[in-house]
This record gives sequence, structure tokens and C-alpha cells, in this order.
Amino acid sequence: MSYRSPLGKVRGLGSAKDGTHHWWMQRLTALALIPLAIWFVVSVVALLGQNHAAFAAWVKNPLSATLLILLIAATFHHAQLGVQVVIEDYVHGEGAKLAAIILVKGAALVLAGIGIVSVLRIAFGG
Amino acid sequence: MTTPTSAAPSRPLSPHLGIYRWQWTMALSILHRATGIVLAAGTVLLVYWLWSAAGGPESHARAQALIAGWFGRLCLFGWTVALFYHLFNGIRHLAWDAGKGFELRTAYVSGMAVVAATITASVLAWVIGYMVK
Repeated sequence: MSYRSPLGKVRGLGSAKDGTHHWWMQRLTALALIPLAIWFVVSVVALLGQNHAAFAAWVKNPLSATLLILLIAATFHHAQLGVQVVIEDYVHGEGAKLAAIILVKGAALVLAGIGIVSVLRIAFGG
Repeated sequence: MTTPTSAAPSRPLSPHLGIYRWQWTMALSILHRATGIVLAAGTVLLVYWLWSAAGGPESHARAQALIAGWFGRLCLFGWTVALFYHLFNGIRHLAWDAGKGFELRTAYVSGMAVVAATITASVLAWVIGYMVK
């Protein structure tokens, strides 16, 4: 038996010394996504019916390219954090839960990578 | 349901959707998750669209044609609604995180405001979209 008090055991230690990190990142990315999502919807509506040249010109604008990359990064970070919680709530088998979380996090990384590379290809392409 | 290896076999595990009585605030809460999942799935379409555009005018035109079809439009409309709902309700959640708006009446009113704003913004985006196009 331990002589340490329950409070003494946990003080200063989260489960992995970063107890609120997940929660905090979810909120920070949410905050970032408010202006980014509104900007994106307005931009896409304005681009409707335009050809590839107009679209490329929009992406080549340094501000658009930067905001697009930030949007992709924030979206996938936010999405994988959110889906992780949903999986933790509804998938109760430990193996299936771990597999699903790894799959979601991996897919988010791959999709974010493809998205950012696509933006860079258009931005720096001929 | 599989039993965890630790010694807590019948501990109730969170959310048991079947035991709640359906009501306005909990329905909106579940809808926040549902729209989050829809948006996460929709990111595949977003990345496909960007990837196609990066491939040049031909692949861009192919992606645009796919999205402009009736099924593409249906998906895009659903995605618009999900985005606006998740956006507005997300702001409501951030207010709760700041400790504001917990009174029952306020929670009901803010929920209705979120639904109204979602419908307005979605319809507006599509009406303007058809007008500029």
C-alpha cells in the first residue's frame, strides 16, 4: 500500500503530463477555423463557374495560398481530434478502437499532405 | 460488446443514445457530432478537388463536371448545411467553454438561433452562388 495521498499522486501529472492538450488544441483549431471557413466559402462562391485559369490565379495569390494551407492544416488537425473522441466514445473493443484511431490519424495526415502539395503545385507551377 | 481486460466489466460506457429522451438541446448536440463526421468525410472531396486542379485544366474540368452533376450538387449542398451548422454551433460551444450561456432558456434560444443562422446562411450561399454563375 502506498502512503501517498490521492492528491499527491496526481498533482502535476496528467495522464501523460498533458491532460488538457487535446481539449485545448480542439478549441484553438476551432477558433482558427471560424474566419478560415467563412473566407473559404465566400471565395468558392465567388469562383463558381470560372475556368481553371481563374482558379489558378486565385491560388497563386500569396494570401489565398497561405490561407488555403492554414485552412487545410487546421481542418485536418481539428477533424482527427474530433473523430478520435467519437471513436473513443462508441468503439469499445480495445483493438478495434486503437486500429480506428491510427487509421483516422494516418488518413488525416495523408489527406492534409496531398492538399497542401496540391496548393503548392498550383501556387508555384507555371 | 467486448469486455475490457481490466476489472470493470459492466461499467456503463458513454453515450448510450438509446436511454435519452429526445429533446431539442440533446438533438442539437448529437447533430454537432454528426455534422462533424460529415465534414470530416467531405474533406476527401476537398482534397480531390485541389488535387485535380493541380493536375491541370483537363483534370480540373473533370472534377468540376463531377461536382456540378446532380449527385455532386446534392453532396455539396449537404456539406454546406453541415459546415454552417458545425460553424455556428461550434461558436455556441466556445461560448459554453467560456462559461457563458448555460441557463436552460439561453441554451434553447441559442440553439434556435444556430438552426436559423444555418438555414439562412446555406440558402444565401446557394442563391448567391446561382446568381454569380
